[in-house]
Amino acid sequence: MIKIEHISKKYKNADNFSLSDLNLLIHEKEIFGLLGPNGAGKTTLISILCSLIKPTSGSFSIAGLTYQKNKNQLKQLIGIVPQEYALYPSLTAFENLKYFGSMYGLKGKELDKKINDALDHLGLLAFANKNIDTFSGGMKRRVNLIASILHNPKVLFLDEPTVGVDVQSKNVIIEYLQQLNKNGTTIIYTSHHLNEAETFCTRVAIIDHGKLIVKGKPKELIDNSDGSNNLEDVFISLTGKALRDHA
Amino acid sequence: MHKLMASARKEFLLLIRDIGGIAILFIMPLVLIVTITLIQDSTFKTVSDAKIPILVVNNDHGNVSETILQGLEDSNAFEVNIKDTEEQAKDLVFKGKFQLAIIIPEDLSSGLAQKVAQNVDGIIAKFGIEDETESVTKPKIESKEVKLYFDPATQISFKNSVKNGIDKMVSKIETQSIYKAFQEQISDDASEVIFETENFITFTEILPKNNNKELIPNSVQHNVPAWTLFAIFFIIVPLSINMVKEKSQGTFVRLRTNPISYATVLGGKTLVYLVVCLIQFVLMLMVGVFLFPAIGLPTLDISGRLPLLFVVAIFAGLAAIGLGLLLGTVAKTQEQSAPFGATFVVILAALGGVWVPVFIMPKFMQTLSNISPMNWGLNAFYDVFLRHGSLLDILPEISLLFLFFLATTLIAIVYNEKKNTV
Repeated sequence: MIKIEHISKKYKNADNFSLSDLNLLIHEKEIFGLLGPNGAGKTTLISILCSLIKPTSGSFSIAGLTYQKNKNQLKQLIGIVPQEYALYPSLTAFENLKYFGSMYGLKGKELDKKINDALDHLGLLAFANKNIDTFSGGMKRRVNLIASILHNPKVLFLDEPTVGVDVQSKNVIIEYLQQLNKNGTTIIYTSHHLNEAETFCTRVAIIDHGKLIVKGKPKELIDNSDGSNNLEDVFISLTGKALRDHA
Repeated sequence: MHKLMASARKEFLLLIRDIGGIAILFIMPLVLIVTITLIQDSTFKTVSDAKIPILVVNNDHGNVSETILQGLEDSNAFEVNIKDTEEQAKDLVFKGKFQLAIIIPEDLSSGLAQKVAQNVDGIIAKFGIEDETESVTKPKIESKEVKLYFDPATQISFKNSVKNGIDKMVSKIETQSIYKAFQEQISDDASEVIFETENFITFTEILPKNNNKELIPNSVQHNVPAWTLFAIFFIIVPLSINMVKEKSQGTFVRLRTNPISYATVLGGKTLVYLVVCLIQFVLMLMVGVFLFPAIGLPTLDISGRLPLLFVVAIFAGLAAIGLGLLLGTVAKTQEQSAPFGATFVVILAALGGVWVPVFIMPKFMQTLSNISPMNWGLNAFYDVFLRHGSLLDILPEISLLFLFFLATTLIAIVYNEKKNTV
């Protein structure tokens, strides 16, 4: 489904590569977790796959399509849930979703129904006509998610979709994503919540310093790592305990 | 088309949700135009309501100084205050209490009379009307100097106009004195009129006519187009802020991953902000037509001009929007876009001739003015408002405005593509 070949990325004026010769194959209908400490290169990789930034070298394809040749087709195929709330604060949840749905060519009653169904699923229907700037962080995260799936994307990229939300909101989001996956959506997500990733992902890849350290099913990684009882133990054993502060 | 309309709808919703922003967008230009017109109106009136207080020190007390004082009173522009000494007057003016002090020198009247008499005697003697043997050595009469003290803060245009006025008054007095001296020499009868002292050459201002009605420009006809254009161009500030906000909110990132072209995004903004420009324009016209007469200002005459005025407003609005789109595309923060946008509009206005007419600018600035879209817009408005021009007359200006819109929008699109293409 997603074929990443020798992708490297070095930002302007940066000393080091954010991604270095990364190769990865993500299969259709997988829930694939990109894990790594701060500054490991997770968001950079997602940004490259969503055509937000250029790789310095290497190539990738999604469902056999590339941005160079099939830009609009590819954009119609993917959805992205950015880390920040990419919503208009002074518009209502419904108005935001109506606008972003329209950008995928959706319109009329069909679009209204999709919006209302999704809001209902994620417990926001009663707040459909409230402005986003009155929403809590968890509510914004859920609207942020809906804005990315109205067009039924084949591939959904999520950058820290549950960061800063309460347990209830997190559960609703995870359940909804699992539902989408059951319906055929391939999910690629980044997170710092390793427990969440352990249960949610079918496969994970741990990246550090822009390099792929390890990949596989969570259970296999735990079993293959001496003394590790969970994914967090594996993560610490592979990436170390040193702080990753960077500016 | 569906995406374009959805974008326009979103822009409309964003605008109407920002009540404070809308108030600033519509009310501030109206406040601006009323204030400026009230201030500038007096300069267009032949009789001003407000007289400028000035000081006069009369060291002469003769007929010439009386004529000067009478001339100042008759001008209706000045409120004359008499002071005893030059020092007193100078002190008050340099402290900024008065704009001007006129110091009339001692013996101005008698000196002028002597000088004129001496000259006339000489001329008459040359013609042999009087006996040359009577002539004696003529005493040298020193020229007299009327001193003018100006407040250092006084504008040069005011200084020049006062200097010209006094110069003209003094010349007239001199001429009349010469005629009078000739009359006294030639005729024994004081009541006999030999010389007509009224000006032979006079000036008449010929104004353009429409349907045999003279088109007399007033402060409103000048101010409304100039400041309307200024307000229209100020749209670049909220427009660029709107675009920068999209970047900081992250919505622009989402749009970049959506199957929508940047041109469509800009198209939606253009449609909505053009409507804003036109509403601003209509409000400005309404102020000129309805509010100005109610507060004692001349009425804005738009009879028969409305369609052409809207054409100019649309193209001026497009040019302003194009600039806003480019600024919003290039700027990264509101701290970049807002001050730059506001200052740039002021520069464009200055270059365009909103404050100082282009023809009195230095040559280099006149050349620069030719590439200011505000100059094209202002000329087009003046063509319609003051020169009663037709669509053909404003075609060059509106074409330039449209080309400017196309060029700036295209640069914005290309810049965005270059920056974001993967």
